[in-house]
Amino acid sequence: MQRNLNHTKICVIEKVIDETPTVRTLIFSDDIMSSVLPGQFAMVWIPGINELPMSVMIAQEPGKAAFTVRKHGPASTGLFNVKIGQQIGVRGPYGNSFDLKQGKLLLVGGGTGLVPMMRLLTHIKPNDDVTVLIGAKSKNEVFFEDLANNLLKNNTHRVIVTTDDGTYGEKGFVTDMVEKLVNEISFDGIYTCGPEIMMYKTVHLAHSKGLFVQASLERMMKCGVGICGSCCVGEDLVCKDGTVFDGEHLISNKEFGHFHRNKAGILENY
Amino acid sequence: MEPSLVTSIGKIQLERPVMLASGILGISLDVFNRLYRSGAGAVVSKSLSTEPWDGYPNPTIFGINGGGWINAVGLSNPGAQNFAKMIEPNKDVPIIISLVGSIPEDFSTMVEQFKNSKVIAYELNLSCPHVAKVGLEVGDDPELVKKIVSTVKNSTNVPIIAKVGLGTTHYLNTVNAAIDSGIDAITAINTIRAIAIDVETQRPILSNKFGGLSGTPIKPIALRCVYEISSKYNIPIIGCGGISTWEDAIEFILAGASAIQIGSAIGDNWIHVFNDINNGIFQYMKRKGYSKIDEMIGLAKKS
Repeated sequence: MQRNLNHTKICVIEKVIDETPTVRTLIFSDDIMSSVLPGQFAMVWIPGINELPMSVMIAQEPGKAAFTVRKHGPASTGLFNVKIGQQIGVRGPYGNSFDLKQGKLLLVGGGTGLVPMMRLLTHIKPNDDVTVLIGAKSKNEVFFEDLANNLLKNNTHRVIVTTDDGTYGEKGFVTDMVEKLVNEISFDGIYTCGPEIMMYKTVHLAHSKGLFVQASLERMMKCGVGICGSCCVGEDLVCKDGTVFDGEHLISNKEFGHFHRNKAGILENY
Repeated sequence: MEPSLVTSIGKIQLERPVMLASGILGISLDVFNRLYRSGAGAVVSKSLSTEPWDGYPNPTIFGINGGGWINAVGLSNPGAQNFAKMIEPNKDVPIIISLVGSIPEDFSTMVEQFKNSKVIAYELNLSCPHVAKVGLEVGDDPELVKKIVSTVKNSTNVPIIAKVGLGTTHYLNTVNAAIDSGIDAITAINTIRAIAIDVETQRPILSNKFGGLSGTPIKPIALRCVYEISSKYNIPIIGCGGISTWEDAIEFILAGASAIQIGSAIGDNWIHVFNDINNGIFQYMKRKGYSKIDEMIGLAKKS
């Protein structure tokens, strides 16, 4: 029987990598999850605890995939605490993916928003000239810098880390670096995922220069399949219409960068 | 003459017979506008309560092997007052407000909160199968149903619909109580109380354990209910339960429904499903020589 992608598939965690004190990558085997497109997500069940939407991380081994999670609320902390040999449930993949241009590319990621950026790096062409910006608050929260360099070893590339407090890399917000770069370089494609304010600024900076930009959005999700409506942003549903949206579209969405909905569906300010 | 998709559910007139079912996508006016542009004849809000509800923790929904969904979202909603404010700017969309509560005063309080909103009907949720003290537990008590329907009838001139489901009381007793108290129409049916268990971890999947089964597996049951209600009572009916194609919609109309509601099919086919079904009904009418929906309602009972 063909696998019902809406039916949770139980997977066993095979390996755990501590990325930072609060971020972990959990690796498991699953053919479908190993080959999802950058921007797509899965609904991940932590039995007895919760279920949450997660961008699917690469695992650099055939047939394997991963989730990179920062412990934050009960659900993400539950996933963070899953040990090797324990079971999680996975359904999906859901959502669309980035429209990958060729040429000079700029990727802007913050925190676990780097996950779809890393997967996107596995789809670039040999002649692409790729700049990756990694934004973090502080040195001990920087991760995936080595991974990005490794994935780009055969391309012209640079990986730039910014920290808000200047303890590593360039001091300042990652969006300050975006502003500097878009003033210097006419990128063929700009891709971003991370905190909404970071994406909002990146989209506006790129758009002001007439550059193609896409962002992968995050919202509270219950169903992941376009039924519950929890993840709506204006008239868009992140699970079905996204997670990836064109900057041009986002600029006309009055909720993007300003509001998200809580569990009851009430708008709250960022 | 070209067929017309206009349909009447008693005093409620719709341009098209395919509506959005309650509980689906219904928390933002922007989305309502989009669904209306996508072919929905009306949209029914999520069931609103007097206070905002967060609903249950995830997992709240799960796809069944073989088709259909089981969900226990737990009636998450922003509360009637917040929702009334949100739909204030509405100009075009025919909105039906679904209400959920435990006592008659819950319903009359909420109706009052919508008095300045453009609302074409209220749908009373007497059938949600996975939240205590409301929904199906109310629908299972025909005396309470009578009090609620009478109270709402006295609070507003806007038509009132009762959404019924399969509980511990025979649903026809609930329908009967609602009709006795002056209900304007019946929506049949809601999801059916169900459970899903994961064999590897050996536990129920939904955080609430029990949920409601929806989608194609329940369609023949919903269709049977519409047929039974229309055979027994002279009341406008809205068919709901597992409808995903135009053939399904026609079946419900032939069984006695004046309009139909779509829910789970959106999860399977996204919002194109509204116009797919509208177009299918239109072509069927053209082929069979009908000019109005009304000409087809209940035809299957004649054979």
